[in-house]
Amino acid sequence: MNLRRSSRTKCAVTNPAQAAATPRQVEERRVVGGVPLSLRRELRDLIRNRSLLRELVHRDLTVRYKRSALGFLWTMLHPLLLMLIFLGVFSHLFRFQTPHYETYFLSAYIAWNFFSQTLMNSMNGIAWNGPLMKRVRVPQSIFTIASTVSGLVNLGLSLAVLFGIMIFVGSPISPRLAFLPVSLVIVGIFTLGVSLALTTVSVFFGDVREMVQAGMPALMYLTPVIYPVTIVPDKFRWFIRFNPMTYIVEIVRDPVYYGILPSPATLSLSIIFAIGSLVIGWLIFRYGATRFYAHL
Amino acid sequence: MNVVELHDVSVRYRKTRIRSLKEAVVRSLTSRNTPEWFYGLKNVSLSIHHGEAVGIIGPNGAGKSTLLRVAAGIISPSLGTIVSRGTVAPVMELGTGFDAELSGLENIFFNGALLGCPREYMNRRVDDIIAFSRLEQFIDQPLRTYSTGMIARLAFAVATSIDADTILLDEIMAVGDASFRTQCAARVDRYVHAGSTVIVVSHDLDSLEALCTRVIWIGGGEVRFDGDPAAAIAAYKASIAPPASKARASAPKASAAALAAERRRLRRSRHHPLRR
Repeated sequence: MNLRRSSRTKCAVTNPAQAAATPRQVEERRVVGGVPLSLRRELRDLIRNRSLLRELVHRDLTVRYKRSALGFLWTMLHPLLLMLIFLGVFSHLFRFQTPHYETYFLSAYIAWNFFSQTLMNSMNGIAWNGPLMKRVRVPQSIFTIASTVSGLVNLGLSLAVLFGIMIFVGSPISPRLAFLPVSLVIVGIFTLGVSLALTTVSVFFGDVREMVQAGMPALMYLTPVIYPVTIVPDKFRWFIRFNPMTYIVEIVRDPVYYGILPSPATLSLSIIFAIGSLVIGWLIFRYGATRFYAHL
Repeated sequence: MNVVELHDVSVRYRKTRIRSLKEAVVRSLTSRNTPEWFYGLKNVSLSIHHGEAVGIIGPNGAGKSTLLRVAAGIISPSLGTIVSRGTVAPVMELGTGFDAELSGLENIFFNGALLGCPREYMNRRVDDIIAFSRLEQFIDQPLRTYSTGMIARLAFAVATSIDADTILLDEIMAVGDASFRTQCAARVDRYVHAGSTVIVVSHDLDSLEALCTRVIWIGGGEVRFDGDPAAAIAAYKASIAPPASKARASAPKASAAALAAERRRLRRSRHHPLRR
């Protein structure tokens, strides 16, 4: 028996002296047909492949902009341009009665943009990485997680731009901004759950991607991103109140724009939505993932 | 000890595949047919013992690659159970996950990560990989500037730099020039001598006979022969001989047409090295 002691990574080189001293343990891996993924095994594989996660994020962030002269700045140019358009249209043409409208709008729009970009990237990523998934053994959720992590990095960069704008226009910055990381974790978990669910469905049904793409702008206008909730007529407010995206957007806007901690109701609802989305996303994913092969 | 065990493993697909949500809704309303299955693998049971060098042969579409992927844990079986012991490194197609925009060096690390090796491990191996692939002058150039042969050399160097208890190789010896192929064979030999289990899918029957201690012939998703390399290859050759002799007997014009068709098919195939 010459099997290498199985350690955390499959490539760990064992020191021969050490290997001789420790009893050789061989990891046994059992796959039973028709049984959905187990959470424990997926988490264990994800931890083992964390260097792949880093490489995937690195590739996500660099490759697309590598050949352009502006390089990494491109990641920010697109949201900046959109910001300018919305700012022009809504703070000068429609004139909402909101002080520092640009901060009001941008704080929510950045969170929204993270959600929609990550969702689309993760659905496209499965299509791009499809050939890869047929050839290497990696935990399949790693691609969606990588999309979410690179989305969070872009989100951080956009926030840096936003803070610059806030200082420039004299929008107040409250010490309660320190709550923002908690908000971002909640938004990230929510987005990961939705991405896992919809990415799985889109592997089986190719038209889902187009449906989501078409639905995203509609959902944005049903969420108080560009307009204040106060302009919504009372009879439609219930929808805004039932829309999970409202809370996801509010939890970022509260510390950034209002300089307050989210209300217990907003906080608990957004946490419930985030965890619920991750649980549902995982349940859909674990059933789909074992059947991806035939559809990629 | 068995490093890979397959117990009654089947991999099957629906013959009529539903591709859109719209279609799924329409179909669920109109028909209630039980699905028709296509079996990529059908009730395959086999165990591979530690230290064996196993060759897998069979015609295109027989299920060789499916067998390898199931054994590697890349795809889950539809039915049956797979048990693997120790670490398994699948080298399915060379250059899997290579990114044309990344440099050769970046691709080494990315590819290594895909095969499960962290950056620290690859750092120790990177000089060997560059030397083996003979790409010292080009390693910082983006991969899109490489020739197919250069990509193949790099891919093979990365793939075979990793250590694992079981190495699975799918059709990778067919690329590269003669000297490169000799090097490849030497590396595979080294694995065998180091006591790793090697499972190779190949159409190169002669090198399999030289290399392997056991050959499995797969046809139509089932095991047709499993055992002595020479006997397996002889049986496989006997099964494909009649159509081959018929083709030779027919007019040269017809075989030229068949050759052209095969060439077209290969060019269209997703597995073409340039189509990744």
